[in-house]
Amino acid sequence: MAEILVLVDHVEGTPKKVSYELLTLARSLGEPSAVVLGKGASAAAEKVGAYGAEKIYVNEAPEIDGFLVAPKAAVLAQLVQDKSPAAVLIPSTGEGKEIAARLAVKTGSGLLTDAVAVTPELVAEQQIFGGSVAVQSKVQTGTPIITVRPNSTAPSEAAGAGTVEQVTATFSDADKAATVVDSVVEAAGGRPDLGEASIVVSGGRGVGNAENFSIVEALADSLGAAVGASRAATDAGWYPHQNQVGQTGRTVSPQLYVAVGISGAIQHRAGMQTSKTIVAINKDPEAPIFELADFGLVGDLFTVVPQLTEEIGKRKG
Amino acid sequence: MNIVVLVKQVPDTWAERKLDANDKTLDRASVDVVMNEIDEYAVEEALRIKEASGGEVTILTMGPARAVETIRKALSMGADKAVHLTDDALAGSDAVQTSYAIGKVLDTLEYDLVIAGSEATDSRMSVMAALLAERTGRPQLSGARKVTAEGGTVRIERQTDNGYDVVEAPTPAIISVVEKINEPRYPSFKGIMAAKSKPLTTLSLADAGIEAGQVGLASAPSQVVEFANKPPRQAGQVVKDEGDGGVKIAEFLASQKIV
Ligand SMILES: Cc1cc2nc3c(=O)[nH]c(=O)nc-3n(C[C@H](O)[C@H](O)[C@H](O)COP(=O)(O)OP(=O)(O)OC[C@H]3O[C@@H](n4cnc5c(N)ncnc54)[C@H](O)[C@@H]3O)c2cc1C
Ligand SMILES: Nc1ncnc2c1ncn2[C@@H]1O[C@H](COP(=O)(O)O)[C@@H](O)[C@H]1O
Repeated sequence: MAEILVLVDHVEGTPKKVSYELLTLARSLGEPSAVVLGKGASAAAEKVGAYGAEKIYVNEAPEIDGFLVAPKAAVLAQLVQDKSPAAVLIPSTGEGKEIAARLAVKTGSGLLTDAVAVTPELVAEQQIFGGSVAVQSKVQTGTPIITVRPNSTAPSEAAGAGTVEQVTATFSDADKAATVVDSVVEAAGGRPDLGEASIVVSGGRGVGNAENFSIVEALADSLGAAVGASRAATDAGWYPHQNQVGQTGRTVSPQLYVAVGISGAIQHRAGMQTSKTIVAINKDPEAPIFELADFGLVGDLFTVVPQLTEEIGKRKG
Repeated sequence: MNIVVLVKQVPDTWAERKLDANDKTLDRASVDVVMNEIDEYAVEEALRIKEASGGEVTILTMGPARAVETIRKALSMGADKAVHLTDDALAGSDAVQTSYAIGKVLDTLEYDLVIAGSEATDSRMSVMAALLAERTGRPQLSGARKVTAEGGTVRIERQTDNGYDVVEAPTPAIISVVEKINEPRYPSFKGIMAAKSKPLTTLSLADAGIEAGQVGLASAPSQVVEFANKPPRQAGQVVKDEGDGGVKIAEFLASQKIV
């Protein structure tokens, strides 16, 4: 069976859920090989074996974290050359798409981004124009480079040989052109990652100020959810920019999206309208968010949300 | 600093966008078009850098004839001149091919910085800066929420999932910006008048030395096999709070087996 390379997304050795999803998907396409790069790669390699990887390629060169994106694409390009995989799957995150782009140029291949499914014939399904059109696309040239959205496949464990192989790559001057001089962490940890969470609770201008976001957070915590925000809320400084959902924020596609005090502007919808179920709480019955909500509640968030939080607490016992 | 700003004309996100049933490419003819929203921020950033340190701002667009409207808008904001790459043979090019074509034009221009938007609202790929950096061998400084350019060095704050990275590179460099970076200006009446006489160079494939076999739908490395329009998302039930709104939502979530 042909090899399918899967780029593992990990934070200093802890793989993100999307990595397991992609390995699970890769098993339906061929023989999955995990590629784990950068600081903590060896630690992450130990964990991905449980998801059916036959081979695990590891490269911990300091260039990988020291320079922006390009070195990761260089290692993958070397692997594409050496192993001739049938396809390369990369998580469809901001950085994942950029790695994929550079890899496509390096290997003279076609590129598909934001796939929500991939068939054994390597046809990728994408949802475009805010989910109103489903497109099936195929790479015609080179090695298919496909980025796959988080939450597209349910991850499941499977046995795999998990043979670890240290691989090398040479980095050109161009790969080392943009130096990462500092990494600053702004967002508080503890909650699930916005892009990966199966439930997201977002607050907007209706929340009123930074302190009131604790109401949104309490609801999120009762559901085990990630917290998002509209641009109005991040611009006002009530919540970190990293939590912005929308066209220029994160794109999320959870099982449940709860919009609290958000009007539903087109740029906000662009980041959340493919969510499975949408619940909106807004005091304005005319708010456009109700046009796409499966359940809309017209009311004051300051009474409705705490009551909801309490009710969920009761039900979860 | 001489700056090239990449500006794309896209269908208005408010309009109903569709794919052409024949060639399965974006139907650009039947919809209202606008400048890609984030590209206004790219133009604004270039103008600010120019105002601080001199130089020229050149707009570069690849697109059909009517993309001239978008170029004029960028010129009326204050850019100095523009290059419009337009040729029927470019129709249906995918992102990888577009980066080849734009890269070819960039090779003929002298620049310290290229500034793109972080994402086009039609493709939503967010890959152009990375593709061009790979093509040109120039440093990639993408996803910038802040740019400082001094001497021969550019430094950006790159938005990440949990904070930001500070990334630095020598010029010439390829930048993309997110909308946090600034507040774009509106074209003034004077700017709109001045734009009419600013230099606009129109390039065909041959003018730019682009090989016809490398662009266009027929040779695209990625192709749409088929597509289906999905029924628009239906509004569900909307309930007015009667004092038990929170309980009502919990009941709905329970009915969906979410809690
Ligand atoms: C280039 C560009 C990119 C953009 N990108 C994004 C993006 O990525 N993400 C994004 O979100 N936006 C984005 N925007 C902004 C977008 O256009 C909207 O301005 C923004 O989404 C509005 O946020 P909001 O819904 O929180 O605020 P508003 O539109 O002001 O809505 C607030 C809502 O809260 C309701 N409300 C107020 N008080 C209460 C209460 N007590 N109880 C219940 N409801 C209440 C109101 O009825 C109202 O509907 C972008 C804009 C541009 C130009
Ligand atoms: N045809 C084009 N002409 C000029 N600029 C473009 C074109 N396509 C993409 N761009 C630039 O690349 C950015 C990102 O586009 P994309 O990668 O397609 O999401 C846009 O914001 C533009 O700045």
